[in-house]
Amino acid sequence: MSLLDIRNLTVEFATAAGPFRAVEGVDVTLEKGEVLAIVGESGSGKSVSMLAIMGLLPWTATVTADRMAFEGRDLRELSPAQRRKIIGKDMAMIFQEPMSSLNPCFTVGFQIKEALRQHTDLDRKARHARAVELFEQVGIPAPERRLKAYPHQMSGGMNQRVMIAMAIACNPKLLIADEPTTALDVTIQAQILDLLLDLRRRNGMALALITHDMGVVAETAERVSVHYAGQKVEEQPVEGLFARPFHPYTGALLAALPERATSRRLPTIPGVVPGQFDRPAGCLFAPRCRHASDICRARRPEPLGPEMGRARCHTPLTADGNGVMQPQRMVTT
Amino acid sequence: MLGFVLSRLLTFIPTFLGVTLISFSFIRALPGDPIIVMAGERGLTDERYQELVRQYGFDKPVFQQYLDYLWGVLHGDLGQSFVTKRPVWDEFFSLFPATLELSICAMIFAVALGLPAGVIAAVNRGKLPDRALMSAALVGYSMPIFWWALLLIILFSGMLGWTPVSGRISLLYYFEPVTGFMLIDSLLSGQKGAFASAASHLALPTVVLGTIPLAVIARQTRSAMLEVLGEDYIRTARAKGLSPARVNGVHALRNALIPVVTVIGLMVGTLLAGAILTETIFSWPGIGKWMVDSIFRRDYPVVQGGLLLIATMVMIVNLTVDVLYGFINPKIRRR
Repeated sequence: MSLLDIRNLTVEFATAAGPFRAVEGVDVTLEKGEVLAIVGESGSGKSVSMLAIMGLLPWTATVTADRMAFEGRDLRELSPAQRRKIIGKDMAMIFQEPMSSLNPCFTVGFQIKEALRQHTDLDRKARHARAVELFEQVGIPAPERRLKAYPHQMSGGMNQRVMIAMAIACNPKLLIADEPTTALDVTIQAQILDLLLDLRRRNGMALALITHDMGVVAETAERVSVHYAGQKVEEQPVEGLFARPFHPYTGALLAALPERATSRRLPTIPGVVPGQFDRPAGCLFAPRCRHASDICRARRPEPLGPEMGRARCHTPLTADGNGVMQPQRMVTT
Repeated sequence: MLGFVLSRLLTFIPTFLGVTLISFSFIRALPGDPIIVMAGERGLTDERYQELVRQYGFDKPVFQQYLDYLWGVLHGDLGQSFVTKRPVWDEFFSLFPATLELSICAMIFAVALGLPAGVIAAVNRGKLPDRALMSAALVGYSMPIFWWALLLIILFSGMLGWTPVSGRISLLYYFEPVTGFMLIDSLLSGQKGAFASAASHLALPTVVLGTIPLAVIARQTRSAMLEVLGEDYIRTARAKGLSPARVNGVHALRNALIPVVTVIGLMVGTLLAGAILTETIFSWPGIGKWMVDSIFRRDYPVVQGGLLLIATMVMIVNLTVDVLYGFINPKIRRR
């Protein structure tokens, strides 16, 4: 049994201009203790799909799925109160902006103890001891004193450590980290990532790491799923993805890495992720794809087999990096 | 913190002078002569009139009169009422507890109902509870309060007979004031039924005076909550698995309180202004009614002194609000 098993997740937002599909038919599987990286540009629906799993989307969002299981329990069948017993305890999340993710009106000690009070039977003294222990675990110096500090009295890196301490307070089985290092200095970024990986190893929790930094992916992840415009366009073990991407979008992302650049100018992907009003009829990446053909523009590709990284593509890349029409796709379409 | 309070106290000085100047000139700008008003229908002789003019110093230039008045104020002398011949200071403090009691009750009423109403409206944004509460708030805010008072009197005093129409307590009870607050004094007196009588007298004026602050607080709370509910730390609170009541009532409300407390501070001024109407309608023996009567009698010292004391109260309340900010949100605490 997988820790997390999501099938055909779709999220739609009701907007003034009509429904907007932010996530479309995404599958997410996560084994116990595994590190999954979810990559994609801004607007690719990676955060939204994770927030949907956590149940943190605003009321304008409609979440549908064929299956939404966490430890074999279907999250859709739980009442809000039952779900709150899982959220923050077995399944926790940290966010991109540590400075604004902590409540400015309360001390960080109050905020971490609040999580403990919600999910454990510890008494006041035990909660305090646990909070000190957690602060030590995430590398916050002078924890006793720091517990009394307000978020604005600490740096972004320290606040992110507080967020992590809060998230792991109840030893979650899954930690979702939504671009946890984006808002931090480069030197702090590495520390935070090391901390997350270290905690994951010690506590045996699974880690879902949302990022758009391929460097981070290469260093941390075991499996990578690439999202584009609300769809999962490819998923592979990390070595495979870096060695042989199948989807042209993945290929273009990797080509844009500075360490892979062959010319003085970094290659870019022209254009932007389609929004609510310019969603293509065919493959969502077709307008920006170098290998797009007529069929790409006419028909949405279905995911290929696992040997092809489940790439949603009519013309997956060959080993030399060129797009080739899949013969079997042409027969079925 | 202390330095901040002291520096704010310094800014009181120009405000204080401004209030004395305005109250001094406005009451004199009104047509009507206090001496003629004092004389009443009997009238008085020319010599007696001139004598009184000299006695009250009205023969001096207006500028000189102002300086004399200011000199008195600086020495703690607000003058004597033309009508009662008692010091303004004494009159004010014998009547002020009644107004204070009414204002405090009205404010408690407004905050106790306005905060939850605003929170409920914000959490149910766009849905029926939101629309119903905000429409009610708009009606409450737009309604002339004398009319609202009359409606309530007709219903609760006239038709249902639940509450008395005027005064602070039934004539059946008498006791010496201890605190000046009828609710407390009636309890201290130990007389049976005294507290119930005081409370029933207080009910309608409280509702009437508290209606506009209630509406303003509800609307302000709603808009502040809506802003706060979109913040990242609210998402964090929900990600901890906290109940909606805790997320909205603790994490969101605490942050939304800053603009609400500001409005509450400003409402104190409105409340004292509203007290004038409310006290007149319910014959409430407070400073509102006292001020109105004094204006009609052209009782210069009372109007000037009363305005000055009311303005000072409002200034103190607003200073308190500024100090409160730091306690509500330590991020904006001044160092």
